[in-house]
Amino acid sequence: MSAITTPTKPSNAAERAANGSAKWTDDRYHLAGGLRRQMNKVFPTHWSFLLGEIALYSFIVLLLSGTYLALFFDPSMEEVQYQGSFTNLRGIEMSRAYESTLEISFEVRGGLFARQVHHWAALLFMAAIVAHMLRNFFTGSFRRPREVNWVIGVVLFMLGALEGFAGYSLPDDLLSGSGLRIMSGLIMSIPVLGTWTHWLAFGGEYPGTEIIPRLYTLHILLIPGLLLALIAVHVGLVWYQKHTQFPGVRRKESNVVGVRIMPYFALKGGGFTMIVIGVTALMGGLFQINPVWNLGPYNASQVSAATVPDWYMAWTDGLLRIWPAWEVYLGDWMIPSTFVPFMMGLPMLCGLAAVYPWIERRLTKDYAHHNLLQRPRDVPVRTSLGMMAITYFMVTLITAGNDVIADKFHISLNAMVWFGRIGLLVLPPLAYVVTYRICLGLQRADREVLEHGVETGVIKRLPHGEFVEVHQPLGPVDDHGHPVPLAYQGAPVPKRMNKLGSAGAPVPGSLLKPDPAEESVALARAAQEEHAAVESNGEVPRDGAEGNGEVSQQSEDERAGYGARE
Amino acid sequence: MTTTNTAKPKRTHSKFRRRLSGFLALGFALLSAGMLYSALAPEPQTAQAQGDPALIRKGEEVYNNTCISCHGENLQGVPDRGPSLNGVGEAAVYFQTSTGRMPAVRQEAQAEKKPPKLSPDEIDALGAYIQANGGGPERPEESGAALQGKDSARGGELFRLNCASCHNFTGRGGALSSGKFGPHLDGVKEDAMYTAMQTGPQNMPKFSDRQLTPEEKKDIIAYVKSVTDGNNNPGGNALGGYGPMPEGLIAWVVGIGALIGVTLWIGAKA
Ligand code: HEC
Ligand code: HEC
Ligand code: HEM
Repeated sequence: MSAITTPTKPSNAAERAANGSAKWTDDRYHLAGGLRRQMNKVFPTHWSFLLGEIALYSFIVLLLSGTYLALFFDPSMEEVQYQGSFTNLRGIEMSRAYESTLEISFEVRGGLFARQVHHWAALLFMAAIVAHMLRNFFTGSFRRPREVNWVIGVVLFMLGALEGFAGYSLPDDLLSGSGLRIMSGLIMSIPVLGTWTHWLAFGGEYPGTEIIPRLYTLHILLIPGLLLALIAVHVGLVWYQKHTQFPGVRRKESNVVGVRIMPYFALKGGGFTMIVIGVTALMGGLFQINPVWNLGPYNASQVSAATVPDWYMAWTDGLLRIWPAWEVYLGDWMIPSTFVPFMMGLPMLCGLAAVYPWIERRLTKDYAHHNLLQRPRDVPVRTSLGMMAITYFMVTLITAGNDVIADKFHISLNAMVWFGRIGLLVLPPLAYVVTYRICLGLQRADREVLEHGVETGVIKRLPHGEFVEVHQPLGPVDDHGHPVPLAYQGAPVPKRMNKLGSAGAPVPGSLLKPDPAEESVALARAAQEEHAAVESNGEVPRDGAEGNGEVSQQSEDERAGYGARE
Repeated sequence: MTTTNTAKPKRTHSKFRRRLSGFLALGFALLSAGMLYSALAPEPQTAQAQGDPALIRKGEEVYNNTCISCHGENLQGVPDRGPSLNGVGEAAVYFQTSTGRMPAVRQEAQAEKKPPKLSPDEIDALGAYIQANGGGPERPEESGAALQGKDSARGGELFRLNCASCHNFTGRGGALSSGKFGPHLDGVKEDAMYTAMQTGPQNMPKFSDRQLTPEEKKDIIAYVKSVTDGNNNPGGNALGGYGPMPEGLIAWVVGIGALIGVTLWIGAKA
């Protein structure tokens, strides 16, 4: 802080240049004030708040790897005869799109790696979106005032799935063509509009030569653009409305406790970006994904066993697999059985997710502003609904792989279909009931500790022979030495003595070796002296919470714009 | 023809003679047709005469010891136990016994592949015996690597057209209805592949030489050999080769698993 009040002499040319240009900019655009405010923002540190970042960073990986692929990919449907290096396809007629994917895989330097990284990043992107979405759901962060960001999230999921589907279709291999074939059938299942829509999308009968170039435009231009714009709005809203936090020491509806954006959060984010890039690179290098050379060029008369979409679309495939063959006849029109689970089911389920904040508000009559999150156990109905949805999707996902599972575990495929049908109806309600009971049990366990204290494991025998366990009260005790029951604050309650520090702090050191004993002792002494000095002259501001300087607390006026509950 | 005065008896006489000659002619015609038939028509006896009688006798012995309980005394089959083997040919016998599927051990959705029970000599003898009783597809002349064609690309195209729906793109296998399945094709010998196509075991269709010529069959074999047993799998661990399903699993378990581990670690450091 003193650096701002006491001007320092730039020590070298680079610093002088930097200072000069910064001054130049600030003199003209007056950024410093606003920027300082932004850089002083605080971001809470709970691990689950990083799930959205995984999605963000894998999207960056997608953009980078996708750009590299786009240099070499040719979305043309021109018929060519393959004469490349891969023997198993030499002399086969195929589309130029498929041929160029083969070239990327076998001829372009790093091409196969880039393809695999791109595809793994796509799967991770969607998985991170879903994990992030579940975190937001279970903690109630979608409540007022963040409903819009929730809806944007649902749209991002749908756009991501569409983007993935378009990408999956581009190489024009047998797997992607089979997916497109199914999509073409699904589009045709829409009553009245189906045929027209199909003609519009495919430019004629399936497959035609239009669809892949069109999907390419969607895949590299339109949808990434929309995704980018929506991500910007999404993250911008988080910035503007500030992040939610779990209740805890000094955390209130009207403040944010966490680390400052500059430098801690930025450093952490930068490091985490590298880790996400590293994980996708490792996966791209270690695990084969979508080996198009083994799938062959698309040919409408061919199909393979175990044909499924990528996981984020697979649940729709699962639903299609178990939906009974019910055809509805309306006069001359027939609505095919696939219409209900896909063309109706998909928008319905996504729509339900999108409007959930309003459904919940209607049911709970809770119209207040919320900046504090809820622990899932404290909202058993919502938590149970969430588990119900997860179970539902798990059954559909398992069903999407029912042929592979049947084959590998020697189960009849018919049995798997019936498992899916019955499971889809029975398991979600069961999950609801079980989750509800678990939530109540966890609530009781918390209340128990607040009333009686933490179990110490020490058993005492009373004079009349009764055995009792000694409890460590968390708060004050009354005249008889009984703990005064504490109110539940929505925050985690310590359940074991170690959480109260009874076992001391872990010895500092690396994962395998402790630091040398003298070093640890000296460091501890230094810390203690520093602490004592600080206490005595009170230099550290009160909001340097938690005493280690890393956790800061934003001043209340930061939130003043909207912070107060209504 | 000088017997106008004996018209009456003559009439009856000639009637009898005519009937007799009619019968004779019919008899002769039938006889010669029968002889012609026996001379021209292919006959089990002829085939048996061509095979080595000693081998056939040995085959019969093996058959009576191991197969008769399910396939019956004269290869006619036993209801609810095993089908008739008349006309299945030595190719079917070779496929079924060399892959250990026969002798079957129990009634189930599909006879499982096992280490072969019978020695190659016994299999040859059984083949000769069953071939001798009803004929059927015979094993190809070549065997082993000689059955691999030159054009594995054409083989791949034919495989995707005719076989992938049950055996998957690269012969990973797949489920069929009611516990039946198209097996994975790793480690299957060329001869077994050829005879499988010829005889269409169980739910598999027969691919006669008119559907897939011997050259096409050999190309298919070359293709299958080139993609099974871990061949042609650049790009890391193939995750079983089942495509998007295990890929999704790995994305969640390995990818998200690792990254959530990192978030927990970062969270704990904060
Ligand atoms: C336990 C009963 C059982 C025994 C023992 C048995 N089989 Fe079979 N066999 C079956 C059944 C059932 C089928 C048909 C379904 C199948 O292949 O699983 C069959 C099918 C066959 C086929 C295929 C027929 C076709 O239409 O292609 C051949 C060839 C065959 N058996 C040969 C043999 C030979 C040779 C033996 C003796 C070494 C033998 N089996 C022993 C039950 C048996
Ligand atoms: C309708 C599904 C179906 C199709 C199509 C099909 N198969 Fe099969 N195939 C099967 C089944 C079922 C078996 C198992 C037979 C048994 O166990 O007796 C099998 C067995 C085999 C085997 C023996 C595998 C082993 O483990 O011994 C080979 C080889 C084989 N098939 C190759 C082919 C080839 C090559 C084609 C294409 C020309 C083909 N199949 C087409 C269903 C199919
Ligand atoms: C602007 C960003 C992107 C660009 C420029 C891009 C570019 C490409 C190109 C050129 C291909 C075809 C080449 C190939 O298949 O190897 C491709 C494939 C693909 N893309 Fe993208 N992409 C982008 C973003 C995304 C996103 C956000 C997702 C998913 C959410 C995604 C998922 C896929 C998938 C699954 C494939 C198939 C990959 C494969 O062949 O294995 N892409 N992309």
